[in-house]
Amino acid sequence: MADELVLLDFWHSPFAMRVRIALAEKGIEYESREEDLSNKSSLLLKMNPVYKQIPVLIHRGRPVCESLIIVEYIDEVWPHKSPLRLLPSSPYDKANAMFWADYVDKKIYPSGKLVWGATGEVQEAAKKEMIENLKELEGELGDKPYFGGESFGFTDVALIPFYTWFYALETCGDFSIIEECPKLVAWTKRCMQRESVSKSLPDQYKVYCFLMELKNKFEAK
Amino acid sequence: MEGGVVLLDFWPSMFGMRVRIALAEKEIKYEYIEQDLRNKSDLLLQMNPVHKKIPVLVHNGKPICESLVQVQYIDEVWKNQAPLLPADPYKRATARFWADFVDKKMYDSGSRVWKTKGEEQEAAKKEFIGNLKLLEGELGDNLYFGGDGFGYVDVALVPFYCWFYAYEQCGNFSIEAECPKLIAWAKRCMQKESVAKSLADPEKVYGFLLQLKKAYGIE
Repeated sequence: MADELVLLDFWHSPFAMRVRIALAEKGIEYESREEDLSNKSSLLLKMNPVYKQIPVLIHRGRPVCESLIIVEYIDEVWPHKSPLRLLPSSPYDKANAMFWADYVDKKIYPSGKLVWGATGEVQEAAKKEMIENLKELEGELGDKPYFGGESFGFTDVALIPFYTWFYALETCGDFSIIEECPKLVAWTKRCMQRESVSKSLPDQYKVYCFLMELKNKFEAK
Repeated sequence: MEGGVVLLDFWPSMFGMRVRIALAEKEIKYEYIEQDLRNKSDLLLQMNPVHKKIPVLVHNGKPICESLVQVQYIDEVWKNQAPLLPADPYKRATARFWADFVDKKMYDSGSRVWKTKGEEQEAAKKEFIGNLKLLEGELGDNLYFGGDGFGYVDVALVPFYCWFYAYEQCGNFSIEAECPKLIAWAKRCMQKESVAKSLADPEKVYGFLLQLKKAYGIE
C-alpha cells in the first residue's frame, strides 16, 4: 500500500504538517520524500507545475496539491479508515469548518510571517493583527475541546501546525501567547496529546532557528 | 430572517455572481439584498463579523461566508439538482484546485491591470494573460471545466468574464486575441440562463471601474 502514496514534504512546512496529521489520524501508510526547496526535484516540478510547492500528495501516480484540498481528499477517499471523519457531515457545520480553515490561511499565515520575518512598524502592526486573529479563533473555539466540537477535526488540523511557530512569534514579537489567549494554548496542549499531532510537528525551537535562517537570507538579499 | 434563503451581495462582485449562478442552477428562490459597501448594513456586520464582506448567504437564519464555501454548501444541500462538483474524489480535488487557483490569481492580477500604468501595467497584463492561458490549458478541448457538463470551476471563473471588457479598456489589449478558447468557453457559458442572468453588464462594470479609479485617484 505504501508505494501507492507518496508525500512530497518539507519538515518545517506548516502546510505539509497538516497532511502528515491527516494521514496519521487515518492510520494510512505512505512514503515521505523530503524536498530541498532551494533545489526542487524534477518530480515536484512535474507533479505541481502550477505552484512548484510542497506539500504534494501523489496517490497512484496522480498529484493532489494545496494542503486543505489534500486533507479533504484524504477524508473523502478513506472515510472508513477511522472512527474519525475530519469534516463534519452536516453541510452547515462543514461550511463553518472550511470557513475557519480558510481564515487560518488568509490571516494567521500572513500576519505570522511578518511577526517573525519583519521588523519595526511592519512587525508591530503584524503583531497587533496576529493577537486579534488568535483571539478571534479563541472566540470560535469557545468552551469546546476542539474546533471540531467533541472530536478533533478539519479546523484543528488546519491550525495546529502553527503551534510550531509560537516560540518564534513570542521571541520576535516580544509577547506571550498564553497571556493573550490561554484557552487557545490549552487547546494546543490538548492537540499535542494526540500521537498524530506530536509525531507530525517539529520542535518549536528548531523551527525558530530555521525561520531565523530564512529571515537572514531575505535580509541579505 | 427565519427560513428561506437570503443573499447579501453587491452587483459587480464576481464572488457574489458565483453564488447567484449556483442558486440559479439549482432553481432556488431567494431574496437578494444589495449592499452599500461604503456604508455597511447592520445585517452584513452581524452576518459576517469576521471579514465584513459580501457575498453572505443566509439559510434558515444562519450565515455562510466565502463564495467557494457557499457554492459547495449549495451543492451539498440541494444535491439532487444540477450537481456542480463531481462524485469522484480525485476529480473533486482537481476541481477545488482550479477554483482555488482562480481565487489566488485572477482577482489580484486583474486588479493590477487597472490599478497600474506603464511598465507595471505591462507586467500585470502579462501575468493576467499567463494565468488565463494556464486555465485554457486545463480546459483543453472540453466544453466546460466540468467536462461535458457545467460545473464548479466554471462557476468560479465565469463571473470574471463580465470584467474582461473593463480590463481590456484599461489595459488596451484584447483577451480574445490571446485566449480564444477561453472566450469561446465563456460565450458558451453565457448561453446558460443561470449565467446570463447572474453576470453584470460589461459596460456597466466598466462604468463602475472608472468610478473606482477616480476614487483611488488613478487616471
